[in-house]
Amino acid sequence: MTMPDIRWYKFSSPQTFYPLAGTLAPWFAIAAAVFAVYGLYIGFFLAPTDFQQGEAYRIIFIHVPAAWMSMFLYLVMAGWAAVGLAWNTRLSSMMAIAIAPTGAMMTFIALWTGALWGKPMWGAWWVWDARLTSELILLFLYLGFMFLHAAIEDPRRADRAAAVIAIVGAINVPIIYFSVKWWNTLHQGASVNLTRSSTMASTMLWGMLIMSIAFWLYSIAVVLVRVRCVILERERNADWVKQLGART
Amino acid sequence: MSWESLSAFIDMGGYGGYVWGSFGVTALCIVIELAALAMRRRRILREFRE
Repeated sequence: MTMPDIRWYKFSSPQTFYPLAGTLAPWFAIAAAVFAVYGLYIGFFLAPTDFQQGEAYRIIFIHVPAAWMSMFLYLVMAGWAAVGLAWNTRLSSMMAIAIAPTGAMMTFIALWTGALWGKPMWGAWWVWDARLTSELILLFLYLGFMFLHAAIEDPRRADRAAAVIAIVGAINVPIIYFSVKWWNTLHQGASVNLTRSSTMASTMLWGMLIMSIAFWLYSIAVVLVRVRCVILERERNADWVKQLGART
Repeated sequence: MSWESLSAFIDMGGYGGYVWGSFGVTALCIVIELAALAMRRRRILREFRE
């Protein structure tokens, strides 16, 4: 049996990835909008009132997807940073720096919506418990990654230095995830569990999953657009970028 | 879930400030991120023409 001759490595060069990202981004954006509208419809018009939390629980439809994305994007960012560090591939490092702002935004949204949910349910905007504190550290890791990268003039040196933060900081992600099991915290346990059936009403769960897909698609679209900016900024002296510029 | 009126929807059973504060700030974050990206791209393309 012969493997089909798909030259995947071709797309590891900024020059070939740039137009591919440009073609894909609008489709992810459209899909994100469709899923968001459907998810919000489920969240506000199909999902019933929670018998304990009333309507306040509806914050879950953005809180949980944002929190999942904040952790997932961090792992993807650290993964690309590690690939860039190990194999010196420019595009990998560009992907890492393109993911960071969106990851930081998701972390901020998770913390913000968490505070607005915590106040009516726990009586406090913020408590220094394991889940909340480790999520706050995640925000500082994203910001540290971006600030360090911005502080170093030479982009390739910046990539390597920032990659070290990203990789070391990845240890925080399993800490966030398992914090509700390892420590006695105010935060409730995992909303979705693969080993036992969920305790949530199925429309609530369904709405949360649709919103998660929307957040996922949105993140991909935004990262693709941002990596195109990063490519143009960093490859501005390359011939293909100059030719591209001549055509605009 | 059917809401009795628009004001009931906005009130969110008394939790309106918390619910809309969450969804509103999320929407604002998305708008800011998209605007910042559009500006960044426009700036790059402008620099090309110079």
